[in-house]
Amino acid sequence: MLTTLSRVIKYGLVGFWRNGWLSTATIAIVFLVLVGLGGLLMFNSLANIVLTDIQDKIDVSVYFKVDAPEDRMLEVQRSLESLPEVKSVEYISRDKALEEFKEQHKDDSTVSQALEAIDSNPLAASLNIKARELRDYEAIAGYLEKDTYKEITDKISYTQNIGVIDRLKKIKGTVEQGGLLLVVFISLIAALIIFNTIRLAIYSNRDELAVMRLVGASNFFIRGPYMVEGIIYGITGSIMSIIVVTIAVFYTAPYASIFVPDINGWTYYLSNFFSFMFAQVFFGVGLGVLSSYIAVRKYLKL
Amino acid sequence: MIIFQNVTKIYNIDDHETVAVEDINLHIHQKEFVSMVGKSGAGKSTLIKLLTGEEKPTKGKVSFGSYNVNKLKPNELPFLRRKMGVIFQDFRLLANKNAYENVAFALEVAGRTQQEIMEFVPQALEMVGLKDKMRNFPRELSGGEKQRVAIARAMINHPDVIIADEPTGNLDPVNTWEILKLLLKINELGTTVILTTHNKEIVNSINKRVISIEDGRVIRDEEEGKYILV
Repeated sequence: MLTTLSRVIKYGLVGFWRNGWLSTATIAIVFLVLVGLGGLLMFNSLANIVLTDIQDKIDVSVYFKVDAPEDRMLEVQRSLESLPEVKSVEYISRDKALEEFKEQHKDDSTVSQALEAIDSNPLAASLNIKARELRDYEAIAGYLEKDTYKEITDKISYTQNIGVIDRLKKIKGTVEQGGLLLVVFISLIAALIIFNTIRLAIYSNRDELAVMRLVGASNFFIRGPYMVEGIIYGITGSIMSIIVVTIAVFYTAPYASIFVPDINGWTYYLSNFFSFMFAQVFFGVGLGVLSSYIAVRKYLKL
Repeated sequence: MIIFQNVTKIYNIDDHETVAVEDINLHIHQKEFVSMVGKSGAGKSTLIKLLTGEEKPTKGKVSFGSYNVNKLKPNELPFLRRKMGVIFQDFRLLANKNAYENVAFALEVAGRTQQEIMEFVPQALEMVGLKDKMRNFPRELSGGEKQRVAIARAMINHPDVIIADEPTGNLDPVNTWEILKLLLKINELGTTVILTTHNKEIVNSINKRVISIEDGRVIRDEEEGKYILV
């Protein structure tokens, strides 16, 4: 069995080598598909990181009047927590707010002097609310504007970033859809080209195939080499694509950091390298094997 | 060991039915040497294709040893074919392989080890008298030598039967006799031989069983027969 397997691989390699230019062209198209796929994957994961990063910074804050009683405020917190749209509510008491304020401005002498001059806590207590979904923020803000709360609340602020996020999401969606369409499209072309390459290989090997059948070669022995060729196209294409994408990420990562300072594209890429590599090889080999298989089924009589 | 039972083969080409062979009943025993004679298009090649499993009969049953040939699945056919050695008028050698590699190929596809190949191939080529031309490519060999390489390849898996489909059709009289002697020798060593030919001389000189086929039917089947043209 091992002897047969090694011979099947050998014949596959020989066929691949004999087909020189055809093999090169086939690898080129597989490479193109995989670069497209790689770019799409990178874009998708980076866009997701950026989006979650921005989303995390969004919240609704409700500031209470300075004289609002604490139990009323906690009551508001509890009622908010019972809403299904709400993910979390953080209560920041007046003392805590002052503490945080002092902490933030500890190096600023004018601020601390001013606080000392007032000699009382000028800050209001507040609730920090995070919603599960972006679109829920508006509803939560509306809920807080009810008349019952009017007498204790001072103002409700929610960040204006939501418009930006919506736009980002739209761009991401469009790019992903377009990219996916493109990848599917070139995948189909690649499949057709691999299919045709294998078909030609079968045609040019017809004498050899006739002799194989004549002397009793097993189906595996007859078909195997063409599947091996398909695998080689996939592996070679994916190795080339991985190299190119790696170089591209290395050189473009610094530019990406300009937009999103918190993210280092290069380290992110490296930390996800293996899953990325796996996706590339899996897709490339899958494409090669599947198209070869169809060609072999269609054109290789046993 | 080879049995054709009421075998009929009808080819359906463009809705036009052509009867290739009709109601064939044959029994070929082990170690027999059988000549099948008849004009071109009489149905000899069809019978051979039915035997090797290349074609399935429209009616009837073909069996070879324990194999029911027309019931074999595609993945079982290779095992049947390893028990048959087939040689053709056009030799069917691979042009880009030399004599040694052509013979070795039959062992490679059967999954034999490199060691076995290195041992058996020279033996087989020696048997057909081509030991000193092992490294020659088919284009460097004469017609008779090419056919001997084909015979070595057919014999290498120790088949139960050698099927020779017009093996001398492309050869001059001297080479024709060389090939025939080789087939007789193979038969003496215990392998069944089925020879199809329309060479009257060789059939008449060997005094073996002759099956005459005409228009898809067996018209004569004689032990120690002669090639009689009707």
